[in-house]
Amino acid sequence: MADFGGTDLEAFRGEVRSWVEANFPAALKGKNPMQVEERNTPSPDMETWRKAVGSKGWGTPTWPKEYGGGGMSSAEARVIQGEFARARAYNPIGGMGVMMFGPTLLEYGNEAQKQEHIPPICRGEIAWCQGFSEPGAGSDLASLQTKAEDKGDQFVINGQKIWTSGAQWADWCFCLVRTDTAKKHEGISFVLFTMHQPGVETRPIPLIAGSSPFCEVFLTDAVADKKNLVGPLNGGWSIAKRLLQHERSGLTGAGGGLGGGGKAIEQLAKEYVGVDEEGRIADSDLRTRLINNVMNMRAFQQTAVRAMVEARGNSSPSSATSIMKNAGTSLIQERHEMALEIMGHQGLGWEGDDFSAEELGAVRGWLFGKAFTIFGGSSEVQSNIVSKRILGLPDLTQSK
Amino acid sequence: MAVLTEEQSMLRDAAKSWVQEKSPVTAFRKMRDSGVELGYDTAAWNEMAEMGWAGVIIPEEYGGSDFGYLSLGLVLEETGRTLTASPLLASALGAASALILGGSDAQKSAWLSKIAEGTAIATLAVDEGPHHRPDKVATTVAGGKLSGKKTFVLEGMAANVFVVSATSGGAIELYLVAADAPGVTRTKLSLADSRGAANVTFDNVAVSDADKLTGGAALLEKTLDRARAGISAEMLGAAVQAFEITLDYLKTRVQFGQVIGSFQALQHRAAKMFTELELSRSAVEAALTAIDTDAPDTPELVSLAKAKMGDTFHLVSNEMVQMHGGIGMTDAHDAGFYLKRARAAEAAFGNQAFHRDRYARIQGY
Repeated sequence: MADFGGTDLEAFRGEVRSWVEANFPAALKGKNPMQVEERNTPSPDMETWRKAVGSKGWGTPTWPKEYGGGGMSSAEARVIQGEFARARAYNPIGGMGVMMFGPTLLEYGNEAQKQEHIPPICRGEIAWCQGFSEPGAGSDLASLQTKAEDKGDQFVINGQKIWTSGAQWADWCFCLVRTDTAKKHEGISFVLFTMHQPGVETRPIPLIAGSSPFCEVFLTDAVADKKNLVGPLNGGWSIAKRLLQHERSGLTGAGGGLGGGGKAIEQLAKEYVGVDEEGRIADSDLRTRLINNVMNMRAFQQTAVRAMVEARGNSSPSSATSIMKNAGTSLIQERHEMALEIMGHQGLGWEGDDFSAEELGAVRGWLFGKAFTIFGGSSEVQSNIVSKRILGLPDLTQSK
Repeated sequence: MAVLTEEQSMLRDAAKSWVQEKSPVTAFRKMRDSGVELGYDTAAWNEMAEMGWAGVIIPEEYGGSDFGYLSLGLVLEETGRTLTASPLLASALGAASALILGGSDAQKSAWLSKIAEGTAIATLAVDEGPHHRPDKVATTVAGGKLSGKKTFVLEGMAANVFVVSATSGGAIELYLVAADAPGVTRTKLSLADSRGAANVTFDNVAVSDADKLTGGAALLEKTLDRARAGISAEMLGAAVQAFEITLDYLKTRVQFGQVIGSFQALQHRAAKMFTELELSRSAVEAALTAIDTDAPDTPELVSLAKAKMGDTFHLVSNEMVQMHGGIGMTDAHDAGFYLKRARAAEAAFGNQAFHRDRYARIQGY
């Protein structure tokens, strides 16, 4: 990795800026490639932009160059991020391959696996999904039952996965399977297989908030090539744990909407509830709870900044991650509840012209937000992890 | 923990080892049992001053080291761990801030060097009732005479000089009033937390322009924000220590044939406390840093720190007693000290409700 000093970094910034100006299609300004319509049928502009960024490795700037990444320092990666933001350009290379699977494979995969799977992720060509949870294995993930049988060059897989986000769009799946029924954690293997095969069937799951990216995945004699076993046989659990750390560090900022963009909650309250003669939110009970939430959110953001500053130079997620998920998700849920309360009956509209987009967004956000404290390790599991790993208290649940 | 400079690390390490060696909670207990009127151990205070801690925020020309508020916060965090009672907060931070920000050369020369040496104790005399309401001041200056009553003055019995808020012609001003000036009387308050506090009465005390600090109500707010951030740092240390003592108990106390820390009902409450402590540390360090860098949003960051830290210390001190069970109720155990300190510190310089309201007002709702 190049060690850029301040001057070189500024030169690099200039280079990135002119490249973005020359290559970013103006029609994509502010357009998120992860939005459902773009995911289903990407526009030609999005395809062009994805190819342009992918060929430079700038979608995965810190990944090694030999596998298609940018081979850059985190300082250079921040320059790219900054320049994209300046042009209101989203990084078109994303999804689970970038967030979770890629970093994990770079760490645990063999050379052939990295050569095969990392470059398409860097180019944004292959969408990955995560085959972890099962109907009978939620918080207690290690009790999973989906079975992989050894048939020479291949594993033949039978079972069911659930909450597989984006399975309907995915090309490949990284999956936890049981290869030894005699042991719990030590009987799990981490395998990769293509979703485009007869033994794989996906079914989207409508949620309380309406349609969702979550699916059920039925595996009936699905096939994974032996060369796509990551790590040792029955050694998948430690890889899964590592991957979950990447997932949780990504989920910490979950919730966008009321957490980040959109109208500030205090502004909403002033509009819907009104103000007293001193300009304070008229409902003093609501005001107190709202202030508390706003202040806690700020302390949470301060903690995210502090963790980043303290961990700078260390590429692995810090142990603060487990604390951050519970703190952040509970605050966002509280905020969703308050938005609904602030809007009153207007905040309960399901569809139609009687409600503003903001109001409809509030009710869907509130409902979908209930998932934040369940997925990626429920709040209870996170508390178990903090107790065990950070506080050193005895472990009764084997939460990982 | 914030990223520290080498000097800051050395200062913190020095504070850590001195506190462990010379000022464990047993020292605080001894001080309380002795019933000493000042509410702190003068020998320990002299040692603290000799190490330069009383001059951490004071400019070098007045004998300080000018290391800033984050640095002093590091010391307060360490002394807070063992509930060390000393004038560090009231004198070397609170009153010293008023002098640094609003003192004339003559006023600074008269007091700052002595404060830095620890040979003079100064303190803020602001509150006038059971609650912190710094904008409601009944104490007045008229015809060169200051009159009024100040309550819950920290280190009020030890102080050589008071920084007194009073209205003059309707505007809030700060005055330096020597403790031995004619018309000043003080009575010791015996409070649950055993720290030094007094009610002080000013009866037609002669003051002149030479006693007035420059800056009025704005100076008072800036000074109070420094005191609030400082006490938040002290509370952080105390809360962290209270948590660590409790965590240790969870790992050693056996009931039903196993350590009680193996019960999930207690584990999750411990995880909650740890989370709140992490969030509070961020808020406290951000407030101290904001003061050091003169950030425009310092007032709201300070209110955030004091409110968040107050909530967290409240929680941890309650859980400390509850999780210790019967032993936590006894005077022989330290849990009660942390509980009492928590409530006194919460009330000082504005409780959580005060700072939540202040935060929202600054933000316009």
